[in-house]
Amino acid sequence: MLQMVWLIPALPLLGFVLLLLVGPRLGEPNSGRLATLMAASSFGVTVAMFFALLNREPEEREYVKTLFTWIPAGNLTVDFGFLADPLSITMALFVTGIGTLIHLYAIGYMHGDPKFSKFFLYLNLFVFSMLMLVLGSNMLVTFLGWEGVGTCSYFLISFWHTRDSAATAGKKAFVTNRVGDWGFMVAMFFTFQALGNLDYLHLKENAHSLSNTTAAAIALFLFIGAAGKSAQLPLYIWLPDAMEGPTPVSALIHAATMVTAGVFLMTRAASVLHVVPEIGTVIAIVGALTALFAATVAVAQNDIKKVLAYSTISQLGYMFLAVGSGAYVAAIFHMVTHAFFKALMFLGSGSVIHGMHNEQDMRRMGMLRKLMPVTAITFIIGWLAIAGVPPFSGFWSKDEILLGAWGKSPVLWAVGLVTALLTAYYMTRQVIMVFFGDARWESHAEEHGAHGDFKPHESPWIMLAPLVVLAGLAAVGGGLNLPFTHGTKLLEQWLEPVVGEFEHHSSVTAGGKFGLAIAATVASLIGIAVAYSIYEKKRRPAIEPEILARGWRYDEVISSFMGGPGRKLFEVTALADAKVVDGLVNKIGNDTQDIGNIIRKIQTGYVRQYAAGIGIGAVLLLVWFVSRGVL
Amino acid sequence: MLAVQTTPTWYLVLAAVVFAIGAVGVLIRRNPIIMFMCVELMLNAVNLSFVALSKALDDIAGQTVVFFVLVVAAAEVVVGLGIVVALLRRQPGATADDVATMKG
Repeated sequence: MLQMVWLIPALPLLGFVLLLLVGPRLGEPNSGRLATLMAASSFGVTVAMFFALLNREPEEREYVKTLFTWIPAGNLTVDFGFLADPLSITMALFVTGIGTLIHLYAIGYMHGDPKFSKFFLYLNLFVFSMLMLVLGSNMLVTFLGWEGVGTCSYFLISFWHTRDSAATAGKKAFVTNRVGDWGFMVAMFFTFQALGNLDYLHLKENAHSLSNTTAAAIALFLFIGAAGKSAQLPLYIWLPDAMEGPTPVSALIHAATMVTAGVFLMTRAASVLHVVPEIGTVIAIVGALTALFAATVAVAQNDIKKVLAYSTISQLGYMFLAVGSGAYVAAIFHMVTHAFFKALMFLGSGSVIHGMHNEQDMRRMGMLRKLMPVTAITFIIGWLAIAGVPPFSGFWSKDEILLGAWGKSPVLWAVGLVTALLTAYYMTRQVIMVFFGDARWESHAEEHGAHGDFKPHESPWIMLAPLVVLAGLAAVGGGLNLPFTHGTKLLEQWLEPVVGEFEHHSSVTAGGKFGLAIAATVASLIGIAVAYSIYEKKRRPAIEPEILARGWRYDEVISSFMGGPGRKLFEVTALADAKVVDGLVNKIGNDTQDIGNIIRKIQTGYVRQYAAGIGIGAVLLLVWFVSRGVL
Repeated sequence: MLAVQTTPTWYLVLAAVVFAIGAVGVLIRRNPIIMFMCVELMLNAVNLSFVALSKALDDIAGQTVVFFVLVVAAAEVVVGLGIVVALLRRQPGATADDVATMKG
């Protein structure tokens, strides 16, 4: 049964190829249906794999399917294979599951787009690449998928490439990701140097034999790769701009799946991190800072998708905080619940944007719950989940992370707690601005004069169905890993064979855990209450400082640095390149040409001169031979 | 009757003289047909020396080589005259120096 694991990525690949060949002929909506069918069948196969794995003994839940030897080069042998273990199947389950829902949603959202079939072609290619990433049995196959999702992300961010901002955002994402990819590659070089093998299972068993320096280098460079892909400080800048892409893309790639690849990678490298806990500390600090930083920026954003984008960065920071604290199960748990509620909220915001005729500014929304009841209710469930209100899913996973952070350091826990408060605050602000308060869209109706009487409308069922499913998952997703008894920690037991031996178990007593949970809940409720009094009751003026709205001017600093001193530096390098490197090459070329110009004069084209040359040459040779006594 | 005995040296001197006439002709004349004839002179001077030495050394191989030279010369004339005809058709009265278009 498990040998069919290759089918999981093969089905979306088939969908991609079919759409490439007959996509434009299928048109709308059949090309979308084909892509959805492929994603759904891939999900079906993944479910089958899950049960096949579940039937085995926990310690035997590892299966490698090698398709062929990919690179046989000297002592470097890389197989093209897939690894089915609890971690990869967990990832594949939510990638294909949420992927299918978002495909379905996109059929409605992309209605009427001239490039309808191309959109689904990219989506299927993305799902294929993402599955390669999570299922690869060694780092290089993962890297192949890693680059694939980066490319698809680029294609899809700049999907509406006639819009200047979309084209620029795509480039920004691509270039920033390259920085991270470099880290991943260097980490692979180090791994091969030290172990002579890139297989994950080999790495897991032999990581303890690595020297401290090597392990630190591998972990650090892997983290640079992860920080690029998962939008951590200082490489987060591409993700807010990536919101230029169509909303289903934001939900699938920039919230639920691709951006969590970094967390997945670090979890795969748990054995290496186990050798060097210092790097874990670095990761935890970067994660906590990113979480806090992005949360502060999110409180002052007015674009409905920008709020969610910064929120995603913040939640990813949470996951890295967990990874750095050795709480891998909590990281994966939060990754899954986050995929549920963040995909839900992105799709919900897409539904709002759709209903508002492409309006994204929350200042022009309000009171939409009357007109879009299903979107509003599902969005509110997502809000409760992310804000950490019990018993919604986000509460349980966030609590696990905060518990892990407490075990690492109370300072990290405090940063996480403040972030939780801010998260509850800005999400409440968003929900009130969009679904409650005054209906501010009426005063802007004349801007949409073409529509006559402008009125937001609820989206079609094909967009609402995924929302309802995701809302259900976001509500009960916490059930995956309830912290009451060992028996209710389903996810922890499931992931035990992969990360169990590297997991850092906290020594907090049951009462202590309860106290931490209460603190987190109180923080959430304070955040909600403050936002409620500001935005609903309007008792206090809004706190939206300019500097936060501009993301602490981080982008501007980079731009002005790159435009000023940075540019001068690059110009010097460019000059050195033009003068030294190119100069040398050009000098050789020019000299060759000059010499040729002199020698070419000999070739007069007069046949009699050539004959004379041959004759005189023959005579001279003869004289030489005779005088030397050769003849 | 002059009792002069012809020795191979005579033939070799004659061959050298004919070869020199041919070589100088190739170098100083510009008419392609004349140049061709001069090349033929050079080839036949060599043939003459081959035959003379073959007789003197009593070795038939020298005469065999002559046949090869004749065949090659015939082939060369065919190609050469073809070029000359094509050239003169294109540019009547052209000399060898007029076709120096392949100069560097």
